[in-house]
Amino acid sequence: MLGKKRRRKLSSVPEAVTATKRMNLCAAVNDALRITLKKDDSSIVFGEDVAFGGVFRCTSELREQFGRNRVFNTPLSEQGIVGFAIGYAAMNCTAVAEIQFADYIYPAFDQIVNEAAKYRYRSGGMFNVGGLTIRAPCGAVGHGGHYHSQSPEAYFCHTPGLKVVMPRDPIRAKGLLLSSIRDPNPVIFFEPKILYRSVVAEVPVEDYTIPLETAEVVRPGKDVTLIGWGAQVNVLMETAQLAEAKGVSCEVIDLVSLLPWDAETVVESVKRTGKAIVSHEAPITNGFGAEVAATIQEHCFYNLEAPVRRICGFDTPFPLVHEKYYLPNKWRCVEAVFDLVAA
Amino acid sequence: MPTETRKEVYKTMVRTSVMDDIFYLAQRQGRISFYMTCSGEEASVVASAAALNQSDEVFAQYREQGLFLWRGFGLDEVANQCCSTTKDPGKGRQMPVHYGSKELHVHTISSPLGTQLPHAVGAAYHMKLKEEKRIAACYFGEGASSEGDFHAALNFASTLQCPVLFLCRNNGYAISTPTEEQYHGDGVLSRGQGYGIDALRVDGNDAIAVYAAVSDARSKCLSTQSPVLLELVTYRSGHHSTSDDSTRYRDPDELQSVGHQLSAIDRFRAYLYDRKLWTDQEDREFRDHVRAECLHALEAAERERKPPVTGMMSDVYETVPKHLHEQQYAALHQMGVDDL
Ligand SMILES: Cc1ncc(C[n+]2csc(CCOP(=O)(O)OP(=O)(O)O)c2C)c(N)n1
Ligand SMILES: [Mg+2]
Repeated sequence: MLGKKRRRKLSSVPEAVTATKRMNLCAAVNDALRITLKKDDSSIVFGEDVAFGGVFRCTSELREQFGRNRVFNTPLSEQGIVGFAIGYAAMNCTAVAEIQFADYIYPAFDQIVNEAAKYRYRSGGMFNVGGLTIRAPCGAVGHGGHYHSQSPEAYFCHTPGLKVVMPRDPIRAKGLLLSSIRDPNPVIFFEPKILYRSVVAEVPVEDYTIPLETAEVVRPGKDVTLIGWGAQVNVLMETAQLAEAKGVSCEVIDLVSLLPWDAETVVESVKRTGKAIVSHEAPITNGFGAEVAATIQEHCFYNLEAPVRRICGFDTPFPLVHEKYYLPNKWRCVEAVFDLVAA
Repeated sequence: MPTETRKEVYKTMVRTSVMDDIFYLAQRQGRISFYMTCSGEEASVVASAAALNQSDEVFAQYREQGLFLWRGFGLDEVANQCCSTTKDPGKGRQMPVHYGSKELHVHTISSPLGTQLPHAVGAAYHMKLKEEKRIAACYFGEGASSEGDFHAALNFASTLQCPVLFLCRNNGYAISTPTEEQYHGDGVLSRGQGYGIDALRVDGNDAIAVYAAVSDARSKCLSTQSPVLLELVTYRSGHHSTSDDSTRYRDPDELQSVGHQLSAIDRFRAYLYDRKLWTDQEDREFRDHVRAECLHALEAAERERKPPVTGMMSDVYETVPKHLHEQQYAALHQMGVDDL
């Protein structure tokens, strides 16, 4: 399958959009949850402080509209939240659980990795928790330090049975969250919290989904392929602009889904450009970029004109005062672009 | 409580409160990035700290700044931590209020909730084996008591008979979540009984009661080499943190009636006034003095340098491994510091 030539459309958002509304990412998430609660009687939305609207306001006014049985606070226990969600989903129902910060998902690690991910497999397909979606805000915010900034996607991408998704803007957030909720597998939906309020877009008001497992070419180019996901895609778009000013054309790919991920789109691109950079906030060692780089090497070896580069966070806990030196910002990325074209 | 201690406890409560006001405002002015006040809980934290021995090993949550002050943590140290300066012993790595002091036997605060509870039990086990005449004291919120780590900690402490004192600050809320949605049954207290641990509920806004209960509990931990759980019933009269707006979920009437009626500082001051241990004038002068000291500390910290970028790579391991050395080079290069 890999390497087969095919053109991808640049955007997967419904084309015949009727009405749109200006929304930030937080409002887009809220809208997707509202649609879910309206259309799916079995759906429930819960977690720490969810009832009053959540610490990031993503669940605001849902309780007023759908009642306390369907939108509620849980006691403060992430393993409890996910374990409970698994049981509810195992009854063929829709559970949308919120983990307040991705940094606090680890108490639920066992429930996610050993239970949610293997519920179907271990029962020979008799049982499943396809109705489970775990939402968690992730990533840098400027002043979060090591317990309010982590991007733990790689831990979960090492777990067969899970799907892992991360949107880059409000339009994708709504469509991808709806897809995640309706996907018949447990999905972890990481929301880059820096985008909650900083990015606003005209979001279709209708109910729409965006396919999981499909990467998106956000910007076409011919010299270097830049690969990222979540908020980092925006950094790569800025990188591409900087590079363009110097006459270098970058293709930017948003992976959208990390597990399973769309290697085909990446491979097709790198075969054309011969150069690739993958970039994420999480520490470089064993980050998901390693998987992407290895796959590129395997499938594009004879097309590569330079080594695949990873521009990522350093192998330290996420810093506080030194956040700006830690982050793989556009300067670090564009320097790598110029290194590659000079090679 | 000895007379001199009464005055000292009261003064540290006031000191905590004045400091909180100033740092809270400093956050509002954008001078620091984040802050959490201990408003309403001064008696629970300070009077309990006073009843412990200075060498008791403390594992706290994040709202126990009063204990740090009681043990001698300076306002300059507070300011340097909150401003992430070179003078922060934590090297500017953590968000404000995540203090720690090896010298004062207070382990560095960690944001993930409940994690410190089993740590305290492990530390207490060490004290038991070494027959040290001290205990581990562990503070946590009633919200944190829902975490799995809380249950593991109580069970371990009980089965391994560890001299650990669990101090639950039950302040009515975990961010927006009221206790009615946190637990049913007889509070956090009843959990102790379930695990075979002696437990007592105390009026956490009564400094004298807190002091008496903690003194007794501490003696019991030591003499029987076993855990005790205290539930200090108090009230969070401030917002959860500077990221929170409690008017979204808390009735202002509740704050007025419950919060102010129960004010630990007002109650203790009235007690001291009655007994002629403290006067209005002393109170005013003391507050002015602390305010000046705080502002001075804050201004000094603001002038202080930030830790060097090489600090990002140290302490990840005991020595900096080769790959981090290389990454450090990349970070410095990015800063334009090419000359190593
Ligand atoms: C494991 C974990 N989950 C969630 C959070 C986010 N969080 C920070 S404080 C808090 C509420 C804690 O309430 P409580 O234990 O009662 O302490 P209080 O703030 O009332 O002092 C929450 C949910 C966290 N820090 N760690
Ligand atoms: Mg509380």
